[in-house]
Amino acid sequence: MAGPELVDVAVIGGGPAGLAAAAEAKGAGAGRVVMLERDERVGGILPQQIHDGFGTKVFKEALTGPEYSAIYEARVNERGVETWLKTTVTELSRDRVLTVRSDRGIQTIKAGAVVLAMGCRERTRGAIGTAGTRPAGVYTAGAVQYYMNVSNLAVGRKVVILGSGDIGLIMARRMILEGAEVVCVAEILPQPSGIAGNIVRCLEDFDIPLYLNTTVVEIHGKERVTGVTLAEVGPKMGERKGTRRFIECDTLLLSVGLIPETELAIDLGLSMSPATNGAIVDESFHTSAPGIFSCGNVLQVHDVVDYATLEAEKTGIAAAKWAMTGKLPDSKINISAGAGLRYILPATISGEDAIDFTTRPWKEEHDKSVVFKSGGEVLRRLKMPHMEPAGMIRVRVGKGRFRHVVNNEITVEVED
Amino acid sequence: MSGKFDVAIVGGGVVGCAIARELSRYQLKVAVLERAADVARGTSGKNSGVVHTGINVPADSVKGKYNVAGAQFFEQYCADLDVPFDRCGKVIVALGESELPDLEALKAKGEAIGVQQLEIIDRDTLKKMEPNIEGAGALNVPTAAIACPYTLNIALAESAAAGGVEFMLNTQVLDINGEQGSFDLETPNGTVSADLIVNSAGLFADKVARMVGVTRWRIWPCRGEYLILDRSKGDMINSMVYPVPPKGGAGLGIHITPTTDGNIILGPSADYTNDGDDVRTTAKVRRQLLAEATEFLPGISPRDVITAYSGMRPKLVPSSVGGFGDFVVEEVPEAPGVMQLVGIESPGLTAAPAIAEEVSRWTRERLPAKKNLNFKKTWSSVRRTREEELGVIDELVAEDPGYGEIMCRCEMITRREIVDSINNELNATSLNAIKYRSRATMGRCQGGFCGPRIVDLLIKHGGAPESLTLNGGGSWMFMGSTEDLRAERKAQRARAK
Repeated sequence: MAGPELVDVAVIGGGPAGLAAAAEAKGAGAGRVVMLERDERVGGILPQQIHDGFGTKVFKEALTGPEYSAIYEARVNERGVETWLKTTVTELSRDRVLTVRSDRGIQTIKAGAVVLAMGCRERTRGAIGTAGTRPAGVYTAGAVQYYMNVSNLAVGRKVVILGSGDIGLIMARRMILEGAEVVCVAEILPQPSGIAGNIVRCLEDFDIPLYLNTTVVEIHGKERVTGVTLAEVGPKMGERKGTRRFIECDTLLLSVGLIPETELAIDLGLSMSPATNGAIVDESFHTSAPGIFSCGNVLQVHDVVDYATLEAEKTGIAAAKWAMTGKLPDSKINISAGAGLRYILPATISGEDAIDFTTRPWKEEHDKSVVFKSGGEVLRRLKMPHMEPAGMIRVRVGKGRFRHVVNNEITVEVED
Repeated sequence: MSGKFDVAIVGGGVVGCAIARELSRYQLKVAVLERAADVARGTSGKNSGVVHTGINVPADSVKGKYNVAGAQFFEQYCADLDVPFDRCGKVIVALGESELPDLEALKAKGEAIGVQQLEIIDRDTLKKMEPNIEGAGALNVPTAAIACPYTLNIALAESAAAGGVEFMLNTQVLDINGEQGSFDLETPNGTVSADLIVNSAGLFADKVARMVGVTRWRIWPCRGEYLILDRSKGDMINSMVYPVPPKGGAGLGIHITPTTDGNIILGPSADYTNDGDDVRTTAKVRRQLLAEATEFLPGISPRDVITAYSGMRPKLVPSSVGGFGDFVVEEVPEAPGVMQLVGIESPGLTAAPAIAEEVSRWTRERLPAKKNLNFKKTWSSVRRTREEELGVIDELVAEDPGYGEIMCRCEMITRREIVDSINNELNATSLNAIKYRSRATMGRCQGGFCGPRIVDLLIKHGGAPESLTLNGGGSWMFMGSTEDLRAERKAQRARAK
């Protein structure tokens, strides 16, 4: 084992966030930027997302996942980011020494700044506790997307989908187009988990029924799935008696949520947000550990890749600045989520720059406003014709608004 | 498939495979007939992985005899076969003061069977040993240990196979004809002839016994559900945490057990069922396991559960009777030439090495045999690297870069370990065969990331997509390629017109 590789910025993860952070860190003048990716290709799940709709915010056009990914892959290569593929970070210390393992063996890296961009994983059957037998034919939506779109494998003929997350909705359409029958989508919540556009484009256009307040209470089949039992749930998620019904199928596809892959962050002892399950960050996406940054789905689960990209670009620039100068704006103003909002990110700001805040409402709302307040006074009121938990809200507040902050406290809430 | 063997072992659980390994010390022709697509797929693969001291069984029982004998050389057994083993000890915890007398009774029972170092500890001592556990006191059993049950089962089978034992997977015994010296075992793959038979069919041992005319036993399958907790919670306990055993219950009560892989498992429940294959999990037991485990270990939450599974006990006592049922380890007059191993529930894992020695002795009395020079004294199924020193990993990577490439990130399993699992000694081909050898897909993402990459690797190693199964038989993973699915739908539409 040789001595540590000295780098200015180390980016952990080569998905959309890692690509954008690495490209901008290099673009902002960082000397040596290394992006560490466990897979044999970059792009995260973009290469398996062959539908279009990526890039409408960043490029004002609808690209496929592979196209979107290719742009950033070309960018990191042009700018001279080193991409280490098939490389897994096994340890990260607070003084930013990374232990990595790859087909070259064990290497250590000493980094000026580290960007955590590990993305997220899918919630599984075991995590949600679906009862029944354990046959073949139960898959997570993302895994099926890989099987179908990358490996050209058909997982089954007759499919029930549990959960209305975006990947599940997109896979419903994809499976129909590939010749499978999609019997229904069941969603335990009273509202869909995916964005409204996908409900229309992926379910309604293909006459696939969506059953809300409904879940799978039992999986059947000893060897392969032979069916599932659906049941309605009440307001406290308890099963409603007398609503059980058997649906014959050979495949159950799960799209029941995403979990940030924060294991390295937790091992480091970073301050974490119970609302996002990601790290708590300031306006520079700086975590509670100096020189360690976080962005993309490991920070907060995004539903639109463009926003992950934009967030990661800012993170990359901040990480480069920290690596080169050891300085970033002093974030002393606390931001807290008030009535109607699950969280607000970032948690602290300096007030010296405009900020793109991201947040999600607890429930669907129409014709309301998101209001930034300090000391009882309104700093900024933004009209929201439509808000839903499935859609991340991204709102910009100009720096002039922060002149009137009292006691370094801002509260953000939903008002009429 | 057919052939003439000295000994046919029916069932590839830990007992059958331990016997196969013992017999591979000698120049005997031995076959193991297993109905599943791999060994360790029944009771032996899904249990608490506990190496019992014998404290829970009567000293004068068959269970007691083989338990105590098996426990004595279990550690060496695991060392020879590269099986994870940890003498982590056990505390049997009295939740309230009222259970403290039960601990004294257990201690006396344990001492009667010869368990060493038993000690009653008070609340404070328990708190020092297990800071996260609630209890009024405990019986400390420092000699209790854990081992990885399926790794042991697989290593026994593979070492036996490498030593010359023939393993016939996907081979269910349907009927047995003939007599000692000329038995014919009928299977879907042909007839297997043997001089002697070992009935180690676990949950189906009563049915195999009936095939040779022995009708005195009936197996009552008793399901035990488990929950597995995320590895990040693994250090919440240091030793096994057991309740005081429920009186007249089917098991030892729901316990909190560390695994040799660093997880914690909660369970098992005890529910009688008519079907030994009915290994479903239920919402009711999930709630019950969490509620009961939380009494002892308040620091866990439903969010820590990564998955659930069930095992099945082959009990000889029905629920209406309850209580203790002893092992059967004997040749009975109705069926000479057949060693009957019936009702081998807990502590069957611990007892397996000792039962195997007994069956080996029985076999050689009937078929004297010379030593087999090809016997595999030591064996390693898959070279694990997760706990290795960094320097050792570098050496391994120099030998094969596949040792550096981590495919299963949750469990830190490399490409080489997965390839070794694919190329296993038994030619077991299912995805579960790879899972139980390498540990890949057993972590918190349950194969969400590495599952598709393992499938790619299998296809690269020559597996046709439509032949890939989760678990053999009808557990197909893919109906074919996406082209096949489109063609099938097109033909269906044409027919409809």
